[in-house]
Amino acid sequence: MHAAGLAALLSHWRRHPLQLATLILGLALATALWSGVQAINAEARASYDEAEAILGEARFGQLLPEEGDSLPQSRYVALRRAGWLVSPVVEGRVEIVGVTLRLIGIDPLTMPTGLAPEGEAIAGDLPGFLTGPGMILANPADAPRIGDRLKARIVASAGVPPGVAYTDIGVAQRLLSRDGEVSRLILLPDQPRGLPDLSAAAPGLALRTPEQGSDVSRLTGSFHLNLTAFGLLSFAVGLFIVHSAIGLAFEQRRPIFRTLRALGLPLQSLVLLFAAELTGFALVAGALGMALGYAIAAALLPDVAATLSGLYGAEVAGTLSLRPAWWAAGMAIALAGTALAGAGAMLKVIRLPLLAPAQPRAWARASQERLYLFAGGAAGLTLAAFAAWRYGEGLAAGFVLLGALLIAAALALPVVLHLALSFGQHRARGALAAWFWADTRQQLPGLSLALMALLLALAANIGVGTMVASFRLTFTGWLDQRLVSELYATARTDAEGARLRAFLEPRADAVLPIWHVEARVARLPAEIYGVIDHATYRETWPMLAALPGVWDRVAEGTGVLVNEQLALREGLAPGDPIALPEGWRADVAGIYSDYGNPIGQVVAGLPHLVARFPEIEKRRFGARIAPADVPGLARVLRDEFGLPAGNIVDRATVKRFSLQVFERTFTVTAALNVLTLAIAGFAILTSLLTLATIRQPQLAPVWALGLTRRRLAALELARALLLAALTIVAAVPVGLALAWVLLTVINVEAFGWRLPMHLFPGDWLRLGLLSLLAAALAALWPARRLARTPPADLLKLFASER
Amino acid sequence: MPPRARSPRPRPPTRRRLLQTGLAALALPGPLPGPLAAQGFAGLAGTAQGFALPDPARRFAFPADHGPHPRFRIEWWYLTANLTGPDGAEYGLQWTLFRSALAPGGGEGWQSPEAWMGHAAVTTATAHHVAERFGRGGIGQAGVIAEPFEAWIDDWHWQGIETGRLAARGRDFAYDMTLQAEGPFVPQGAAGYSVKSAAGQASHYYSQPFYRIDGNLRLPGGDIPVTGRAWLDREWSSQPLTPDQTGWDWVSLHFETGEKLMGYRLRARNAPPYTVATWIAPDGTPTPYEAGHLAAEPLGTTEVAGRMVPTAWRLTLAARTLDVTIAALNPQSWMATTVAYWEGPVRATGSHPGRGYLEMTGYE
Repeated sequence: MHAAGLAALLSHWRRHPLQLATLILGLALATALWSGVQAINAEARASYDEAEAILGEARFGQLLPEEGDSLPQSRYVALRRAGWLVSPVVEGRVEIVGVTLRLIGIDPLTMPTGLAPEGEAIAGDLPGFLTGPGMILANPADAPRIGDRLKARIVASAGVPPGVAYTDIGVAQRLLSRDGEVSRLILLPDQPRGLPDLSAAAPGLALRTPEQGSDVSRLTGSFHLNLTAFGLLSFAVGLFIVHSAIGLAFEQRRPIFRTLRALGLPLQSLVLLFAAELTGFALVAGALGMALGYAIAAALLPDVAATLSGLYGAEVAGTLSLRPAWWAAGMAIALAGTALAGAGAMLKVIRLPLLAPAQPRAWARASQERLYLFAGGAAGLTLAAFAAWRYGEGLAAGFVLLGALLIAAALALPVVLHLALSFGQHRARGALAAWFWADTRQQLPGLSLALMALLLALAANIGVGTMVASFRLTFTGWLDQRLVSELYATARTDAEGARLRAFLEPRADAVLPIWHVEARVARLPAEIYGVIDHATYRETWPMLAALPGVWDRVAEGTGVLVNEQLALREGLAPGDPIALPEGWRADVAGIYSDYGNPIGQVVAGLPHLVARFPEIEKRRFGARIAPADVPGLARVLRDEFGLPAGNIVDRATVKRFSLQVFERTFTVTAALNVLTLAIAGFAILTSLLTLATIRQPQLAPVWALGLTRRRLAALELARALLLAALTIVAAVPVGLALAWVLLTVINVEAFGWRLPMHLFPGDWLRLGLLSLLAAALAALWPARRLARTPPADLLKLFASER
Repeated sequence: MPPRARSPRPRPPTRRRLLQTGLAALALPGPLPGPLAAQGFAGLAGTAQGFALPDPARRFAFPADHGPHPRFRIEWWYLTANLTGPDGAEYGLQWTLFRSALAPGGGEGWQSPEAWMGHAAVTTATAHHVAERFGRGGIGQAGVIAEPFEAWIDDWHWQGIETGRLAARGRDFAYDMTLQAEGPFVPQGAAGYSVKSAAGQASHYYSQPFYRIDGNLRLPGGDIPVTGRAWLDREWSSQPLTPDQTGWDWVSLHFETGEKLMGYRLRARNAPPYTVATWIAPDGTPTPYEAGHLAAEPLGTTEVAGRMVPTAWRLTLAARTLDVTIAALNPQSWMATTVAYWEGPVRATGSHPGRGYLEMTGYE
């Protein structure tokens, strides 16, 4: 009995393979985007965890210098001799022909449990690690590139994250030229009893507890939240498709359900069969979606990795690994999504009256109550959005604002469309026009889900597009301001730096040293740059706010400039005092924009910086020179001065590189945008297909009244275009609101910079036309089917019980 | 496009595993060629290439010999003490510093090839507290200076060899003691040349068995003032064991007569145990007994840390009419350190009553 029942249920899909494909594809697409985004996030987080596992930042407390970026090794020994179980770490960047490695020096004898992921490699040859030229462990991708340039044995080790290498602290100190210096101390969890207070034992050292997390996780959190939001949006849009496919299948199978029940299949069994069928589809579609998601993630991951590396300096492996938790979560979400989308149909099966005529009917009539409900929901959510904006804090509030705004807009859409169609109906002249408007309004409930999906996809497109374009415009202009020198040259040693400066002086209009130190400002990593007093800076530096005579203050040393990120984070305004390393105190003389930089930056007068950090690397210089002379000077530098070509960069190259990083940053966003829009288009197609089948009884009388099938089909097409057009018009303000939230709320919270919003109506027009085209294509198929419906079929509608 | 799946990453080893393998390597220049077992206990049978070898003609020169001998691969400052509390309760105490050169030749700062390891313990009848420390030579974290004598790793320290202060601290215990030597330093073996196998493996070895010790134990239950006798063993070598030797049983005893006994029994896989003893008169005059004189017979075993360890012994030395039974104060005196072994206070009964320390290694 059950087998026969199931066979009867499934026979429907044999007769409607397209519907089956719609259902499976919709669910698979929804699952794919969601799980793809999740896979990317998981991979990135795992990479951070690996990096942190090396540093012990995830699980151990750390002692960091309150000022500067290092502490003397003697402090380490003194703490050990006072009884504290601490382990030293020295860290820095080494450059080997274009490859920058984060080199981490550890002491395997004192480090805590499981700190180094490749402990085996160390333990296998502890003497080799600790003595002689030493051993450097690096990712297999990096190891060959290091070669023998570091004069130590290079061991390729899959557990070492890309861009990281680690070695004994002694070797690291030598390679980083940081003899006797320690970057930080790891505090072991089990300290002996009866030790004196740590703050008394370690003055000048700040304790970072394990919960505070690493800089990388903190910085990249917003990026991943962004991706997750996109994944969720795509999933929601995909569910619209599944919902309409299941709804259609239910309507068409009403006779089967009734017949099965009439033949004696208990309701319970029928529900069970229906549920089993849905579960089966969910599993198949889920698996397909996971495979698709994996492909999407694998395709996007290199870009994500490039973005994270360019924007945050966080290294992520460019390849994907399979995680069981990810599979489980993906299948669960596919099942949950199917349950959500199929719940309505399931309820209808349960309530199916046994004796009622088994006729499909148009979906629920547009009822006033439903519209009021939507309007109420939209109003409530708008209020919530406003509250989140007004009173909320942090990135989470920003996303609440975003989510509430989008859902409110989606809920408001049917109301707005209803009003617009009512208005059209009132203005209509003639019976056909009146019927057209009224019938369009009648179809609203059936189409509103798909239209909502379209609205969301369009709004996301407009919003994100506006943000990216605004960002690009601002960024390009800012790059021109910031890249003041026409040519940049970097010496290999300080001595060569001095010669380089002397070499450049007579050949350029001005030589601007670009020297900086990395230090902690307000307990977080920051850069301090020194600038000389030069007209170039006074004329072009992109200042956001400044005290009068700002450059004089910088030159005197009483004032420094801070970047926008640092100012926002610390609540600094021009005139406020700021504490810098080495007991340096100055006033904030100005705040400048510094896009693309995740960390704080301070600009000070060069002589004052050098006085405090005499060991600063004096290697980099910018040369002001007529653009036409740039290639000549570069050649002279290379051929006469003997600087390697890689150490000479002209402004155009830097700019090109920066823009490249920028573009890669938003490649993922653009790809997700396109996919979301494609899914929305698909949602419209399935909705229209569904409606087309059930609307025949409503169209047959109109046909009988003398309207040709062609005419009817044209009207159907026009109707779809009208609804799409109205939705597109509604999407523009929603998209702009979204862009505003992204630019003024999310960006500030996530990156620390505020961007001006620019409008790009041309983009909207293009997007609108594309969407209309998509809607037309989606409507064309059902319309063609209608035009070709044999008149006999339409006649039958009158003859048969329908 | 089939994405490459990354091979699963090996799990990070525990600190224990890391250092266990590492410590075996401590004693062994170059990569570890085979399993630990093939290297004798704790890699002590590793090759001595590039290091100095003990010389039977060499005589001790103090105070210089209290300091380190960097040309040798391994060396230790090993102090054990039998203590008594105000209520007559017995305690044991251990303070040990091991030096291990990972490669021949010296080096400054982190480049120094020396690794140091400290073990400290306090034993009561019911508890055994253990702590372990590691440190690098060359940076000041650990080391030994001969004159004025100072030995330290982290905050564990020993200052003064005739009259000294000694302290160590673990997670759940600490002690702070003073030492007073009441007799001479005693060379072991043939004028300090101590043979470890029939094949000729040897070390330089002297003891100071005449320390009076008192001070304070800080245990979870509170502070306990204690007093008693301590025994220092100083030993250095580059290859003290043959690959065949799997471990040893070592004992030091303070008899009530003022006489002392040091004895050890080196166990080998394919040979009978190699047993050596030194009888020390109350004035410090040593009488060494070559292999075969001292007889040590396990009387009973205790399950300790999942293995069977003989914690009671019968010792006989016919030349001194010695026939004693020794039994552990706490049979669970397991040193759960990176290289684990049994070390604890014992009491001797029979012909020569007294107290002392027992050390047993290589029980797997």
